[in-house]
Amino acid sequence: MAVMASTTNRPRMSAAARRRQLIGLLFVSPWLIGFMLWTIYPLISSLYYSFTRYDLLRPPVFIGLKNYIEIFTSDPNFGQVTYNTLYYVGLSAPLGVASAFLMATLLNTEMRGRSIFRAIFFFPAIVPAVVVAMVWQFLVNIQYGAINATLQSLGLPVIPFIANPAFAKPTIILIHMWAQGNAMVIFLATLQDVPRSLYEAATVDGANAWHKFWNVTIPMCTPVILFNLVMGLIYGFQNFTLPWLLTAGGPNQATEFYAIFLYRNAFAYLRMGKASALAWILFVVVVFFTILLFRTSARWVYYSSGDE
Amino acid sequence: MSVQASTSPSAGAEVGKTSAINIGAILLQLAKYVLLFVLAFTFMLPFIWMATSALKTDSQVYTIPPVWIPIPPQWQNFPDAWRTYNFNLYMFNTVFRYAIPTTIGVTLSSAVVAYGFARISWKGRDVLFFVCLATMMVPFQVTMVPLFITFKNFGLINTYWPLVLPAFFGSPYFIFMLRQFYRTIPVELSDAAYIDGANEFEILWKIILPLAKPALTVVALFQFMNAWNDYLGPLIYLNQEDMKTIALGIEGLRRTIAQVGGVRLAYPYLMAVSTLVTLPILIAFFFAQRTFIEGISLTGIKG
Repeated sequence: MAVMASTTNRPRMSAAARRRQLIGLLFVSPWLIGFMLWTIYPLISSLYYSFTRYDLLRPPVFIGLKNYIEIFTSDPNFGQVTYNTLYYVGLSAPLGVASAFLMATLLNTEMRGRSIFRAIFFFPAIVPAVVVAMVWQFLVNIQYGAINATLQSLGLPVIPFIANPAFAKPTIILIHMWAQGNAMVIFLATLQDVPRSLYEAATVDGANAWHKFWNVTIPMCTPVILFNLVMGLIYGFQNFTLPWLLTAGGPNQATEFYAIFLYRNAFAYLRMGKASALAWILFVVVVFFTILLFRTSARWVYYSSGDE
Repeated sequence: MSVQASTSPSAGAEVGKTSAINIGAILLQLAKYVLLFVLAFTFMLPFIWMATSALKTDSQVYTIPPVWIPIPPQWQNFPDAWRTYNFNLYMFNTVFRYAIPTTIGVTLSSAVVAYGFARISWKGRDVLFFVCLATMMVPFQVTMVPLFITFKNFGLINTYWPLVLPAFFGSPYFIFMLRQFYRTIPVELSDAAYIDGANEFEILWKIILPLAKPALTVVALFQFMNAWNDYLGPLIYLNQEDMKTIALGIEGLRRTIAQVGGVRLAYPYLMAVSTLVTLPILIAFFFAQRTFIEGISLTGIKG
C-alpha cells in the first residue's frame, strides 16, 4: 500500500519531503545494498544453480528439474532426513518454549537468590556451540561419561544417549531445552509486565492460583509464546552445529538433519546444484510453516492493545 | 526428594496449630526450592564436569565411579593444552581477524540503518523495514552455496573477507534491536537540535548515539560473542591450519581422542581448552548480566 501511495504522491512532494526521502534512503542504504548482495542475489543465483549440475570444477550445466526429481523420487536418504527434521522441529520448538516458560515462571515467583538462579538458567545459551557439543559428548559417553559411569557404579543399566538411534534425537532435544536462556529472559520480561490489576481483579472474582495462571498469565504471554515458537521453528530447520559435532548425523542416520544433509551435498559431494535445490525446498518449507503458525495464531494469541 | 521428605514433618509440626493453609504454603515453597536446586544443579552439571575433567590425569578419565575432585589437580593441563595445539594463533585469528572487525562493522552500520528506520519518516519506510525483518526467515543454507561460489570465484576462500565483509551492511536482528531503542528517545530532543540547524547526521552523532550507548554496547557484545562462538562460517570458508578460529581448533583437538593408539591427555586437554574458551564469556556475563538480559528483552517485546 505504502509503495503505491508513494508513486502517486511523488509529483506533489514538497522540497523538504523529497529531501527527507533521500536522506531516509541514504541512512538505510547500507542495509539496502547488503540486502541485494547477501540476500537477493544469492536467492536468485541459488534458484538458477538448483536447475544445474555443478561441481565447482566444470561450469554449471542446465539440467532442468532433474535435481528436484532426484531428491523426491530416487534419493535414498531424503525420506529419513525429512523424518528426522520434522521430528526434531515438531518436538524441539514447543518443548523449548515449554522449558523457557517453566524456568521464567519459577523465577517470577517471590524467592531468594533470583539473580543467581536466573544466571544459571541463562548461561548455557551463550556458551559456544562447539564447547556445548564437546562437553555433552563426554558427559553422555556410554562408558566413562559422568552419567553412565555413575549408573554403572550403582549397578544400574547405562543410558545409550547418543549410541542408540532411538535415544539420539531425544538427547539433542534435551540439550536444546537446556539452552533456552534467550527465550527465558524474554518470557521473564513479559511476566513482569503483566498488570497487577488483572490478578487483583481475578482474586476479587474468587479465582485460585491455577485459574489466575491459566486465565491471566498464559493469555498475556501468548504473543511471546508465538514469537518464541516462530524462532524455534526457523532455527530448528537450520539446526547444524550441535548434531554435526555431537553425532555427525549418526548413529545409523538418526540425527542426519536437513542442514547436515545439505552441507554434505554441497561440500563433501560437491553437488552444488542439488544442494541449491535442497536449500530452496527448505526455504519454501520454512516460509510455509511460519505463515501457517501465524495463521493459527489468530485463534490463540491474545493482544491486549486490541490491534487484532 | 529426600530433602523434602526429611524436613517437611518438622516444619509441619511447628506451624501445625496455626492453619492447614500455612502448611500447604510452606510445602509449596519447599517444593519450589527443591525443584529450583535440582534444576540448577542439572544445568550446571556439564560445566562442573568440564572444569573438573580438565584437571584430571589420563587414568582418572576412565575411572568408574567418576572422579569429581581430581587430586592432585593437574593445573598444568591448561597451559599445556593451549600451547601444544596452537591456540595462541587461533585466538589471535578469532579476535583480531574476525570478532573485532565484524563487531565494528555491525555496530556502525546497524546504528546508521536503524536511525533511518526509526527517526526519519519517508515513504516506503515501513514496507522496507518489514522486508528487513522478513530476511531473518531466509535460512543460512539458502544463501550459503551461492555466496561460497561467489567468494571462491573472487579467490577469497581461506581469507577472512567472506566472514567480515557482510558485517558492514547491517544485521536485521541488531537493526531491529536498535530501532526499538531509538524509538524510546523523545522526539523533542532531535526537534530542538533540528531547529538549531543540525542535520540528521549531526543529530545521530551528537544526540542519539550518546543516548543509545547501552543498546550499542549490547550489539557490540552480542556480535563479539557471535564471532567467538561461530562454527559454520569458519568451517565453510577456512580450512588452512594458520587461518583456523578457536571453534575449528577445538574440533581439531577432538580428533586426537579417536586417534589410533591414543594421544596422551586427549580428554583433559579438550576439556581444558573448552574451559578456557568459556571463561571469557562467563566473565563478560558476570560483569554485564544486566546488559545481556535487557538487550534480549528489547527484542522480545512487541516481536
